[in-house]
Amino acid sequence: MQARKKYVLLGLCACCWLVLFYLGGGIQLRLLRWLTRHRGEVLRHWPNWTDRAFLPRYAHLDELQTDPGMAESPRQRRQAWSAIYKDSRCRMETCFDFSRCRRRGREGFRVYIYPSEKNDRVSESYRKILTSIKESRYYTSDPHEACLFVLGIDTLDRDQLSGQFVPNVDERIRGYPLWNDGRNHLIFNLYSGTWPNYTGDLGFNIGQAILAKASLNTEHFRPGFDVSIPLFSKDHPQKGGERGWLVRNNVPPRRKYLLMFKGKRYLTGIGSDTRNALHHIHNGKDIVSLTTCRHGKDWEKHKDARCDHDNLEYERFDYQELLHNSTFCLVPRGRRLGSFRFLESLQAACIPVLLSNGWELPFSDVIQWNQAVIEGDERLLLQVPSTVIAVGNESILALRQRTQMLWEAYFSSVDKIVLTTLEIIKDRVFSHVSRNKYMWNSLPGGLLVLPEYSTHLAHFPFYYLGLGVSPGQEFTAVIHAVSPLVSQSQPIMKLLQVVSKSKYCTQIIILWNSEKPPPSRSKWPPMPVPLTVTDGRRKTTSRFLPHVAIETEAVLSLDEDTVLLTSEVNFAFLVWRSFPERIVGYPPRSHFWDPLKRAWGYTSKWTNDYSIVLTGAAFYHRYYHYLFTHYLPQSLRSLVDRTSNCEDILMNFLVSAVTHQPPIKVTQRKQYKELPSSQIGCLMACPCPTSQGMKSVPWANPEHFNQRQECINFFANWFGYMPLVHSQFRLDPVLFKDQVSIHRKKYKDLERA
Amino acid sequence: MYTSGKYSSRGPALIPRMKTKHRIYYIILFSVVLLGLIATGMFQFWPHSIESTADWTLDRHSVHDAPLIRLPVSSPIPERGDLSCRMHTCFDVYRCGYNPKNRIKVYIYPLQRFVDELGVPISSTGLSREYNDLLSAISDSDFYTDDVTRACLFIPSIDVLNQNSLRIRETAQALAMLPRWDKGMNHLLFNMLPGGPPDYNTALDVPRDRALLAGGGFSTWTYRQGYDVSIPVYSPLSADVDLAERQPGPRRYFILSSQTAIHREYRAELERLKEENGEAVLLLDKCSNLSQGAASARKRCYKGQVYDYPQILQESSFCVVLRGARLGQAALSDVLQAGCVPVILADSYILPFSEVLDWKRASVVIPEEKLSEMYTILKSIPHRQVEEMQRQARWFWEAYFSSMKAIGLTTLQIINDRIYPYAARTYEQWNHPPVVKCSSVNSPLFLPLIPPRTPGFTAVVLTYDRVESLFRVITEISKVPSLAKLLVVWNNQNKSPPEESLWPKISVPLKVVRTKENKLSNRFFPYDEIETEAVLAIDDDIIMLTSDELQFGYEYFNYLYTYKMPGDIKNWVDAHMNCEDIAMNFLVANITGKAPIKVTPRKKFKCPECTAIDGLSLDQTHMVERSECINKFASVFGTMPLKVVEHRADPVLYKDDFPEKLKSFPNIGSL
Repeated sequence: MQARKKYVLLGLCACCWLVLFYLGGGIQLRLLRWLTRHRGEVLRHWPNWTDRAFLPRYAHLDELQTDPGMAESPRQRRQAWSAIYKDSRCRMETCFDFSRCRRRGREGFRVYIYPSEKNDRVSESYRKILTSIKESRYYTSDPHEACLFVLGIDTLDRDQLSGQFVPNVDERIRGYPLWNDGRNHLIFNLYSGTWPNYTGDLGFNIGQAILAKASLNTEHFRPGFDVSIPLFSKDHPQKGGERGWLVRNNVPPRRKYLLMFKGKRYLTGIGSDTRNALHHIHNGKDIVSLTTCRHGKDWEKHKDARCDHDNLEYERFDYQELLHNSTFCLVPRGRRLGSFRFLESLQAACIPVLLSNGWELPFSDVIQWNQAVIEGDERLLLQVPSTVIAVGNESILALRQRTQMLWEAYFSSVDKIVLTTLEIIKDRVFSHVSRNKYMWNSLPGGLLVLPEYSTHLAHFPFYYLGLGVSPGQEFTAVIHAVSPLVSQSQPIMKLLQVVSKSKYCTQIIILWNSEKPPPSRSKWPPMPVPLTVTDGRRKTTSRFLPHVAIETEAVLSLDEDTVLLTSEVNFAFLVWRSFPERIVGYPPRSHFWDPLKRAWGYTSKWTNDYSIVLTGAAFYHRYYHYLFTHYLPQSLRSLVDRTSNCEDILMNFLVSAVTHQPPIKVTQRKQYKELPSSQIGCLMACPCPTSQGMKSVPWANPEHFNQRQECINFFANWFGYMPLVHSQFRLDPVLFKDQVSIHRKKYKDLERA
Repeated sequence: MYTSGKYSSRGPALIPRMKTKHRIYYIILFSVVLLGLIATGMFQFWPHSIESTADWTLDRHSVHDAPLIRLPVSSPIPERGDLSCRMHTCFDVYRCGYNPKNRIKVYIYPLQRFVDELGVPISSTGLSREYNDLLSAISDSDFYTDDVTRACLFIPSIDVLNQNSLRIRETAQALAMLPRWDKGMNHLLFNMLPGGPPDYNTALDVPRDRALLAGGGFSTWTYRQGYDVSIPVYSPLSADVDLAERQPGPRRYFILSSQTAIHREYRAELERLKEENGEAVLLLDKCSNLSQGAASARKRCYKGQVYDYPQILQESSFCVVLRGARLGQAALSDVLQAGCVPVILADSYILPFSEVLDWKRASVVIPEEKLSEMYTILKSIPHRQVEEMQRQARWFWEAYFSSMKAIGLTTLQIINDRIYPYAARTYEQWNHPPVVKCSSVNSPLFLPLIPPRTPGFTAVVLTYDRVESLFRVITEISKVPSLAKLLVVWNNQNKSPPEESLWPKISVPLKVVRTKENKLSNRFFPYDEIETEAVLAIDDDIIMLTSDELQFGYEYFNYLYTYKMPGDIKNWVDAHMNCEDIAMNFLVANITGKAPIKVTPRKKFKCPECTAIDGLSLDQTHMVERSECINKFASVFGTMPLKVVEHRADPVLYKDDFPEKLKSFPNIGSL
């Protein structure tokens, strides 16, 4: 009975519901529409007008093609501009005197530094900046040939409360005869403004000078004119610089902590809003965000309720430990927009998460920052954790690698920061001979890419993979000849035969560096490939001059007495095509650190590793000729010329500094000169090739060897670090010395060598 | 009360007679209810969805049916644009919020026709065809929302593409009347022809508060970097004329100038260039014998000779684009379409989409002052670069200039990239044409790191059940000094691995991982246990290994193998029990663009004693299948990423006539 009642009731309810369902269709419909709208199925699109085809054009073709034209003459307008657009509206077109940079390329871009006065206090950082410019290839001591002027007065710290503040700058610069209202002047600055607002004000009138400033605000930044530089400490190295901390790629890439911050909290004044809020995202586990109030003299006066707790938590974590073990690092604004933290986390491969609204990032003209950092918004602090969690593993790997690339290319030393600044300005002055963004943002970085060589990507050894092309199928042999041609049986004749037989060889250039004038054409044997003889003017560096005659990407550099087989040449060339940015050659050498002498050593012993491949027989890209001649300073090249030695070591230094990779040794050949057999045994055992009645061969001379020891230290000193890298492998043909029939091997000759 | 009473009085009479009927009654009742529900469901969901979409698509209106709005004279005027506006000061990010798709939502105001108090419309053209195309393209895109409350960006339907057809004051008033205007916050205006006589401002003159401006022809003084977007001036010719893509290469003329209203000072300079360089330079002008109109826009003349425009542009390597009264010129679009490299002479001009496009790779920008040096400057550009620029110019046109849709969506993508910078498109995505994207290699691990020796490597041994052979391998490997960890992947589900005490005693940690299925892909699974960067993958039947031989794979590629392997390769491998190694090689080659490196002269891996029947490589069909694999994988990757090289890596002193004890790896090649 009871059960039946229940059933009846249930049935009734169902009926009612059904009735409601049919009658109340309106409600349902509305509900349905609301639902579907949220699923995005039915959008109210822009209407498809019936008279769409009859709508008028936004402008007539005539109107578009026949521009109304200017009333005023373009020349007059350009002149009028410089009167209107100055000071805060400066642009290169209006505030820069291009006529001072008339000459092309490097010659046209010379930088002059005002001499500093005796009683000037120059800070450590500014001294480093000036040294970098003085040692750069753009420096000139003659103000008349200068294109750009740099003040001798320290303008880095313009905080009036600071001890480094230099007063009366205004009066002094006005006294300079070349000041010219700041035209073509470059002013470096790290700190501007003072407590409490820290404005961009420098405390003197910069007029129309270009500002290279840290913590630049987008509002005050004059695009295409100013340069934003990073804030660096006075301990930042002059040159060389520490490498990035990323030594291996971990997969999965996340580290112990997801996100970290450890720094000051400002209780009052500008920047306090952002830093006061940072504690909200701290969870003590994967997100560590620590602030302390304990800084400055009178912090206890402004102390608030959270201070004690914060300070306690702050002591629990170590900054360096966090930096090494965190995937992301918060880089919030301080009093000013930029902070030391930015470079620190870049070096530590801790992906910076920026919270600094309105900061014009360092070198923003050329660097694609969104591929290296996460640009957050101060207003959206609480979204930061979910944002960084959502970054995929693959992006983390990519971002992290890019931090390292940028750090090593542009930030690791004062030299790099200053040179990047100069190169950016130079690219603006010679805009049609400048680097594109791809060059600036891929390995090895813009400083090592000289646009005067070429503006075409495929002309450089670095971009083949990124552009999906491969290096050319041919090479040019450059033979360095020093001894006069007397007989047809000289080694050079044999060498010419061997090289010209290679199917990849398209031309041979003989660089004539002998005391005798080059022999007549008929003296040379007939060749299947064109043969050119050029005069090297008896300079050792001439072998790396960017000869215009070299038309192929690959260069085979040879000494006149080199002994090679054609198949060896072919094989090495094929290997080079796989590694076009490196030196590929035969005889290896090595360097080592001598802890007793506290200096670098050079060895020609046969060891298990090598770091140098002698350029007496090596393949490399022709761009390195250009770099050698135009990138390296005169001082290094004149050392080479003076001693007629070490040019191969310098080339190895250069290529390894560019690629951060070792050269490649191919095939078994260790001896590429003909020697009496007794000598070979000696070479293995002796530290240096001692001369036994072979005075004519320069490298068999002990003096020669000692010079090389000196060279290596001199070069390392200029580079600021030791760029050479050791390698343990050599490349052989796949079936080399294998127990298979000789007929199956492509490079049979190599077995016998 | 009454009904229940009635039921209860009837009830007793029914029950005794039919106990079973009672059950049937309920079954029928419920099935009726169920049927009813299904029927209503069908009725509600199916026909209504048609009906509701019909609401919007079927009511085909004319533009003239849009509601008319009368602007009072006293209606407020917005302030002039604020030059200091940036995303963080004038843009309300809270409206965009955090969303997993990282995509902004864009709302378009419904069309209205604004007239002043006298009934005169605020614009002489009203909605133009181009603006209509733009709005419908946005409305069809992923960015679009029709829900004004969820929108992050608002686009007014007031057409301001051409300032000449606008009444400035009234247009500004109309903008301010928009329901969500709120000082122009998050509003985006599109304008291509800014300024008017006599001084032609480089940005739209209509006062617009904080609204973002996508403008054609910005100068560096009016462009708010990181806030405004510089867009091209659309050329309607590109819709009418279909210029087929030309192969890049040298062309008949070197420099071509095709613009008609060039200032006489410039023209004099160009004439001088022509005199100096003769045939290489072609200087065209308007045809004097043709009247104004569409016909004259398609013809150009030089000394009575008539040329078709824009076809003639394809005959030149470089095409001059000079500024006129305005900085932005529609000719730029025509020139790019023809695959001619634009030579841009317009000081202070912000090139279209310059925030993301690298114009140095597609154009030559020369200061106006240097017009006379143009020829020498252009001659100094290498031929191969000119070819690349021609290709790049055409690609820019196709992707970003060709239609109002392309222009509009690119603008929105740029704004989207600013709001979600961590999901922004990369330089390569913006600038590399599809051909390059296919063939080029952009690995996230582009940096050559030389790993330190300390961490060593992890050996991963894949085994099924050959315990004896496995133990020998383990003992052998454990002698390698750089070994950090040994991981045994037990691929047999039916048999459990031997007890711990039976395993050989080795000095490095040994872990056994049991898998759920016997799959060869298990070898490349990124096990959490792998802590080193280098991984040595070996089979359990390789016992002839001398301890110096190492074959390195990379942990990262393991990760890729499992999570990123394209297509169905992984399943294929698992199904055929073969080729997992070939697949890995494909993957690595595809990511790095390099060939693998073979180390040391070993070719034979397997020992003669191991001719057990279960050895996979001995299977009759094994070789045939492996060839099949290669073809299959190549089709999935779309290209053949594998590269053939003729080298292998040996230790420096390999096979040298040299005391063995001085060599680091004396054992290599001894077998």
